[in-house]
Amino acid sequence: MAVLGINDFKTGLKILINDEPWNITEVDMVKPGKGQAFTRIKAKHLRTGRVVEKTIKSTDKVESAEVMETDYQYLYTDGEYFYFMHPETFEQIEADKNAVGDNDKWLVEESLCTITLWNNSPYVVVPPNFVEMKIVETDPGLRGDTSGGGGKPAKLEYGAVVNIPLFVQEGEIIKVDTRSGEYVSRVKE
Amino acid sequence: MRQIREFFHERNVLEVETPILSSAGNTDVNIESFTSESINRDFPKSYLRTSPEFPLKRLLCSGSGDIFELGKVFRKGETSKTHNVEFTMLEWYRIGFNYLQLMDEVNELLISLMQDFGLSEPQIQNLTFNQCFEDYLEINLSEISTTQLNQICRQHNYDGSELNRDEALDFLFSMQIQPRFPREKIINVTQFPASQAALSMINPEDNNTSLRFETYFNGYELANGYQELTDAVEQEKRFNLDNAKRKNAGWNEVRMDKNLLTAMQHGMPDCSGVALGVDRLLMLLLDRKQIDEVLSFHSKNA
Repeated sequence: MAVLGINDFKTGLKILINDEPWNITEVDMVKPGKGQAFTRIKAKHLRTGRVVEKTIKSTDKVESAEVMETDYQYLYTDGEYFYFMHPETFEQIEADKNAVGDNDKWLVEESLCTITLWNNSPYVVVPPNFVEMKIVETDPGLRGDTSGGGGKPAKLEYGAVVNIPLFVQEGEIIKVDTRSGEYVSRVKE
Repeated sequence: MRQIREFFHERNVLEVETPILSSAGNTDVNIESFTSESINRDFPKSYLRTSPEFPLKRLLCSGSGDIFELGKVFRKGETSKTHNVEFTMLEWYRIGFNYLQLMDEVNELLISLMQDFGLSEPQIQNLTFNQCFEDYLEINLSEISTTQLNQICRQHNYDGSELNRDEALDFLFSMQIQPRFPREKIINVTQFPASQAALSMINPEDNNTSLRFETYFNGYELANGYQELTDAVEQEKRFNLDNAKRKNAGWNEVRMDKNLLTAMQHGMPDCSGVALGVDRLLMLLLDRKQIDEVLSFHSKNA
């Protein structure tokens, strides 16, 4: 594992804090002219997104996290693990529920997900920004209402619930933004 | 720059220039020099100056009288909102001044420049180092242990390795006290602990403190001044102590300025000297928050 001196610090660097990987988002130095230099960093937890502020001596060493982001195609889940394949090497990997977290509802077969590998095993799974999914359950809504004022909840095939315009019906396929969980448009088959 | 020069010319302080590249460097454990190829076959490498202090003191020893220098200095690794590795330093020495007289002169310079820039005259507040800790953190430095100081640092979000006493004081001062100094006011801090004397004299009335001051404005450290150590033996001791600490920490030792020691042996006049960061001074005069706003080219794109 690489050990870093603070002069190597820059934003975007991945480091270990309490044995977990964090992404540095801000770095500043505080130093009295004749005194010890301190480095203040802000870091974001790779999985939870929690932000911490840390101050250490500029001569202290910090361990870097062996983190890599790669795109993998989602294959299937057996309920416990989620299986992915590299689109070029066809190498298969499995991610556990912790890595997938709440994103399981956005995993559409064959979609290309970004997987953050920490020490070569999947740590965070991020689905594509936009996915297309079928509505499996929603109220019929009012006939003739095409304006879309207001909305109604709709359940999608992998369990996600999104708010959709009143004119969109059960069985239709819609495009959803996975980052916000918001309806984007109808998809014509 | 013109106004700074006028201020000194009016007071008969002579402007001088000293070498930027030198065969000896600054041993201070908290300051790193850039090094370059040898400029003198007797010595394997040269150092870019971190301040003009040593050659200026050699001039004082040779009878120059009051002197000042305005020039670029270099400190490795120092980059932040208020630091640039290459910066402009104003350093001056006044023969026969004690450190409080020099501190007054620093304040006069600041006020005269602020008036030139159309700023209102600020109030001045003087605090001792110990008072700062009492007023801002309710810490009595004469009673508190280093272990307790470490605990307080951790309460203030320090997460690094165990600190020695001076490091803990540096942390609390620069992270908890300095940023809380009142705005629009010149703050002079005096009587730094003897362990942070750097190149100043130890207070003859209290050997726990030193005759050193620092001047702050809007929470920025602007100037650092000393009633200068004139004793060559004590000076050599401090250089050696710095290098011993460097060796201990596994860092490069720095070649001490033997020429300065020789000059001091011949006699250095009683004087006080101060160094002032000109870029930070401009930040305050122009009301800028980041040093790169007052530099034509920041080191990141120099």
